[in-house]
Amino acid sequence: MSDATNLRAFRAPTDEAPLARWLLIGFAALALAILVFAPLIVIFAEALSKGWSAALSSLNNRDALAAIRLTLLVAAIAVPVNVVFGIAAAWFITRFDFRGKAFLITLIDLPFSVSPVVAGLCIVLLFGANTVIGSWLVAMGFPIVFALPGIVLATIFVTFPFVARELIPVMIEQGRAEEEAALTLGASGWHMFFTVTLPNIRWALLYGVLLCNARAMGEFGAVAVVSGKIRGQTTTMPVMIEMFYNEYLSVAAFSMAALLAFLALVTLLLKTLLEQRHAAGLSASRKSH
Amino acid sequence: MHIQIDEISRDFGATAALTPVSLNIPSGALVALLGPSGSGKTTLLRILGGLEYPSSGRVLFDGQDATGLSVQERRAGFVFQSYALFRHMTVFENIAYGLRARPRAQRPPRPEIARRVTKLLELIQLPGIGDRYPSQLSGGQRQRVALARALAIEPRMLLLDEPFGALDARVRKELRQGLRDIHDETGLTTVFVTHDQEEAMELADLVVVMSMGRIEQIGKPTDIRARPATEFVRGFIGA
Ligand SMILES: Nc1ncnc2c1ncn2[C@@H]1O[C@H](COP(=O)(O)OP(=O)(O)OP(=O)(O)O)[C@@H](O)[C@H]1O
Ligand SMILES: [Mg+2]
Repeated sequence: MSDATNLRAFRAPTDEAPLARWLLIGFAALALAILVFAPLIVIFAEALSKGWSAALSSLNNRDALAAIRLTLLVAAIAVPVNVVFGIAAAWFITRFDFRGKAFLITLIDLPFSVSPVVAGLCIVLLFGANTVIGSWLVAMGFPIVFALPGIVLATIFVTFPFVARELIPVMIEQGRAEEEAALTLGASGWHMFFTVTLPNIRWALLYGVLLCNARAMGEFGAVAVVSGKIRGQTTTMPVMIEMFYNEYLSVAAFSMAALLAFLALVTLLLKTLLEQRHAAGLSASRKSH
Repeated sequence: MHIQIDEISRDFGATAALTPVSLNIPSGALVALLGPSGSGKTTLLRILGGLEYPSSGRVLFDGQDATGLSVQERRAGFVFQSYALFRHMTVFENIAYGLRARPRAQRPPRPEIARRVTKLLELIQLPGIGDRYPSQLSGGQRQRVALARALAIEPRMLLLDEPFGALDARVRKELRQGLRDIHDETGLTTVFVTHDQEEAMELADLVVVMSMGRIEQIGKPTDIRARPATEFVRGFIGA
């Protein structure tokens, strides 16, 4: 009888009033549109302003292809290195008690707070051709600054926190119990890592890898400083975009930018697909405890 | 297996979790470590299992010094307080884990592993739940699966940390009897931790009363009831 009206009047204590809710949602949608979708649309629109063939041919030259290849190569080196470092750091921090732990965590965050340009400059000052180490390395035929090693180094530095930062809270929450159980059942340290630790952190790890990869491909400041911007040799995609843009080659600049954005979107899509495919296993493994 | 604890102590920085304690556990006994929170029960159990190292003292298994043995070498079936089942594996995979983790030469063939897991599932009276995930089990079922997983490695001893801690009174009674039956059937030397004096008295052959890192009294349940050795024991068992 009066049940229905009562039900309608009932509101969960955590629910906002309808007006406040719509205002909040509207604001979020607006911010998303202005900050995320508008730039994406502009990039693709500008890239295709003279048609598909113009966009494609602007990328089909030696320098542009070299930039694409270099960016993929740098990411292919920096991401695995940071996966290993990140897992090791997260492991060390969450599984052992030692003095200076808080300091180490701060150190991991350092790349977030240091400007990438400053990081790049540090590498130049350390390994530049006019330093002791740098001139020796150049003499050995292994230059770091204005070459691939410097770019990789700068990228690794800038992307270092992503994997470790994703893993630390997950590994703290999971605790040691399952790992200890594996050890008491006779598993070696490595066997335990691959059969218990890794499966438990795989989603956080995947997320960290995707963030790390997106940043590795997109990093500009640090790379611009250490690369020396040698066309066709040390220019990554973001650096190449800036060069095209400064030379008023706007179709080329935006085509390259669109390609970079596309690579980022593909990684995001990949993550969504993986999550959907494994949703059942994911929820089953998350629900316990 | 006969377990001897010889003057074991353990410090965590400034706090002494165990002041030197000595304890003799005869082969095949069912022993309860009884004491209030923070008395060092878990620490002592973990030292037996090789998950924690003593600051000083020795552990002997069948008269042999085992202090330096690694966790894996101890072959202790350990049941954790929160069960610590592998949440991304089915019950079958959980129980088979220890057998599959063995080096190839000692690993039983697949059908043999399946046979043993099935047998263990029958032993804990949960046949047919092999395909479920831990999250799909009740607390009491999880506890029994954890026990089966520990038994699967053919352990030399059984160590249980508050095995019935998080369960309601009726399930506790049931599982208590279950543990007693499994102990009698396998003859394994068994040590379990509890802060429930009734549970310790009812289940154990030998009760070890602990307080603040010390052993207050060791004895048969009837002896401890009849002759509490210290004021603390008298108060704790409510005699
Ligand atoms: N890893 C550790 N670091 C520092 N102190 C510890 C650690 N583990 C245990 N302790 C301390 O050692 C003492 C004994 O702890 P233990 O876990 O053995 O107690 P317990 O008898 O199992 O208690 P409960 O019934 O609450 O589980 C406690 O004071 C505890 O704070
Ligand atoms: Mg405890």
